[in-house]
Amino acid sequence: MKILLAALVLAISTPALADSLLPPAELADTPLADPRQERQARALMEEIRCLVCQGQAIADSNAEMAGDMRALIRRRVQAGESPAQIRAWLIARYGNWVTYDPPFEPVTWPLWGLPLLLILGGAWLARGRFRRRGRG
Amino acid sequence: MSRRLILWVPLGLFVLFLAVIAAGLFAPAERTVPSALVGQPVPEFDLAPGMAGRPGLSSAALRRGRPRLVNIFASWCVPCRQEAPQLAALARRGVPIEGIAVRDRPEDLARFLATYGDPFRSIGADVDRRVQMELGSAGVPETFVVDGRGIIRHQHIGAIYEADIPAILAAYEAAR
Repeated sequence: MKILLAALVLAISTPALADSLLPPAELADTPLADPRQERQARALMEEIRCLVCQGQAIADSNAEMAGDMRALIRRRVQAGESPAQIRAWLIARYGNWVTYDPPFEPVTWPLWGLPLLLILGGAWLARGRFRRRGRG
Repeated sequence: MSRRLILWVPLGLFVLFLAVIAAGLFAPAERTVPSALVGQPVPEFDLAPGMAGRPGLSSAALRRGRPRLVNIFASWCVPCRQEAPQLAALARRGVPIEGIAVRDRPEDLARFLATYGDPFRSIGADVDRRVQMELGSAGVPETFVVDGRGIIRHQHIGAIYEADIPAILAAYEAAR
């Protein structure tokens, strides 16, 4: 019974979120004053992965680290950097893994090329079917 | 004959596809994000001291000819407590350890160091995580081995346990 209870407690307890005692970064959740810059920053946040939650973009994550990354993006956009520059900065530090929009490289070409190949293959198959049906 | 074999190709491809999906589902996911900066120079930074009476940490200080460990930690980080004895052991062996305290307050730092030991020569205060991200570090604790020219030679992700010490010492020796 005790073991069952302990297991239950373990199952329903959430892991302690490793967050600091300091308040969130200033720009983590405060939009930039310039709406155009804010749009750029938001768009980039949608495609940058949260490093600690994984499987979420930093735009959607409540993790403190994600907030710090949002603040970093807003800070850099505000300072006049382009989203492409900021993405390159992040990739230089965390690798392609950090973006949901991986760049076209020899390692990633199957990601982009395979769907195209599959469509071509499908079209070729369909063509064969239609021809035969046309004859019959 | 060959026509009949071809009929099996789609099924074969489908089974292959399932195998790939199953492998992805059951293989333990890689949960750590290594820094892409290993082998490259430490980016420029200059951090104020994390607490009174202790130097801060700058990238210039990491280029002064001696290899060292740069430990990214925080007083609020639980695994950092677990690795404290191992850091102390490394410091006892003469390995210089510089600290970067992430999102920390001086009073919390002082309490943490008084409780769990203080192996650090300097402690930089990375209040907004800027330097942690500059280094490509994705969490606390993490430890970098930086050589005397300021090149990052090795990254250890997560707490340093007893069993990790040989690898870290080896990376440190190799950086000399």
